Amino acid sequence: MTDKTMTADEVVARLWSGMTLGIGGWGSRRKPMALVRALLRSPVTDLTVVSCGGPDVGLLAAAGRIARLVTPFVTLDSIPLEPRYRAARERGSFALTEIDEAMFLWGLHAAANRLPFLPVRAGIGSDVMRVNPELRTVVSPYADGEEFVAAPALRMDAALVHLNRADRLGNAQYLGPDPYFDDLFCEAADASYVSCERLVDGFTGAVPQTLLVSRVSVTGVVETPNGAHFTSCAPDHGRDEAFQTMYATTPWDEFAERFLHGDEESYQEAVQVWHEERPR
Amino acid sequence: MKEPPMGVSRAEYCVIACAEAWRDNGEVLASPMGPIPSLGARLARLTFSPDLLLTDGEALLVDADGGLEGWLPYRRHLTMVTGGRRHVMMGASQLDRHGNQNISCIGPWEQPARQLLGVRGAPSNTLNNPVSYWIPRHSPRVFVERVDMVCGVGYDRAAAAGPSATRFHRIPRVVSDLGVFDFDTPDRSMRLVSLHPGVTVARVREATGFELTAGADTPFTRPPTATELRLIREILDPDGVRDRHVGAA
Repeated sequence: MTDKTMTADEVVARLWSGMTLGIGGWGSRRKPMALVRALLRSPVTDLTVVSCGGPDVGLLAAAGRIARLVTPFVTLDSIPLEPRYRAARERGSFALTEIDEAMFLWGLHAAANRLPFLPVRAGIGSDVMRVNPELRTVVSPYADGEEFVAAPALRMDAALVHLNRADRLGNAQYLGPDPYFDDLFCEAADASYVSCERLVDGFTGAVPQTLLVSRVSVTGVVETPNGAHFTSCAPDHGRDEAFQTMYATTPWDEFAERFLHGDEESYQEAVQVWHEERPR
Repeated sequence: MKEPPMGVSRAEYCVIACAEAWRDNGEVLASPMGPIPSLGARLARLTFSPDLLLTDGEALLVDADGGLEGWLPYRRHLTMVTGGRRHVMMGASQLDRHGNQNISCIGPWEQPARQLLGVRGAPSNTLNNPVSYWIPRHSPRVFVERVDMVCGVGYDRAAAAGPSATRFHRIPRVVSDLGVFDFDTPDRSMRLVSLHPGVTVARVREATGFELTAGADTPFTRPPTATELRLIREILDPDGVRDRHVGAA
């Protein structure tokens, strides 16, 4: 059996500038933030990022690593608008493929099923069609003759996801309430990297439905305790709301200088120090 | 016009007006976005629409006592949308005369003056299940002649897009801090249905950036019953969150 464990830096060494990169999670929930931070330490840039966006998009946008973003939204959940993303968009820093959530979901399904598209009743009538002139519609070949948007497959070169537990082979388990689209991201990408709160020896005795990601679609596994920080990773840890608020209100250079210049260990230390020092 | 009772706050009228959106909806998911619609949906379930389904705000369906009754992660929620067994009340940064809604950006999409959330599920919501809107501050900046980016599809755009867009398209109502609106006019443009007590037709016209259909004899939004008022004040919102989201009359 292949041991797929590696470090976050080893994951990033397998990524390249100009690639299409999927990032799992949803908004400010269970984002593979340790892998994103590792990416920020690398020279990899010019990315097409596919994400239900949260601070993953905010950080990469602020650091100028995104060439194109494919997304239905970017949010910090408890803070509705992601300030780094907003600033980058208002500067016109990168291209945007803005699609509806259903188009996003069925685009992932299409890619996972090796189909060029799947039909969705979404998009027509809206300006999603205006801002994505490459979108096409299909007409049902059956008696109804209805017209649908052909949601294009969201095929990716690689995907990054964060789950609660994983084994060394790449099987991964979520313990929170929502799988988000993480299994689909892994199935829709040529290579997938799973970071996890904790590595386990196996899943004997686990509730089978929690085993979301199969090793068949996983290339590498990284143990990154608190690796979704500051997004939520229920039930291991909630969102670090105080830290998120600070992230959203601190000038980017100042934030990057204090938190993003060292490795993951120094990031986690810096977070701890920040919590100890902050007034309550 | 019948005189409204004393002592009911503007926010409480808004809760009632939102709750009414889910009357006679049967066994569907109520998806309220924001605190006032959320109070409205929970009130509707506790009173006149007991069969509604509600989530905990994330992936769990919870009963009226907060007990777990189902699992609704995002992917299943999206199937609830396309299956049509859902009535959502969304917000809007801009809303136009025919019900087109914008939550994506202000200014040119290519490089917006203000980037907002993004289209989210508004394009699929509006084509698949009833979509109502809640606007906490009625102003000409929100109620505009033309939205900058059509996210939620309005009646005119749905009609232009054809039968697969209109088949399940419906915008039952718009609730703002000034009144209740619908699109029950010959050209499917917005119409004033009721005024919250203390508001005049002139005030609504002044705060609306397009020509609004409104009769001189527009009724007031119905007041809460004694039971509803008690539920709002004692059970659903004892901390008065509602008053932080709607200004005084």
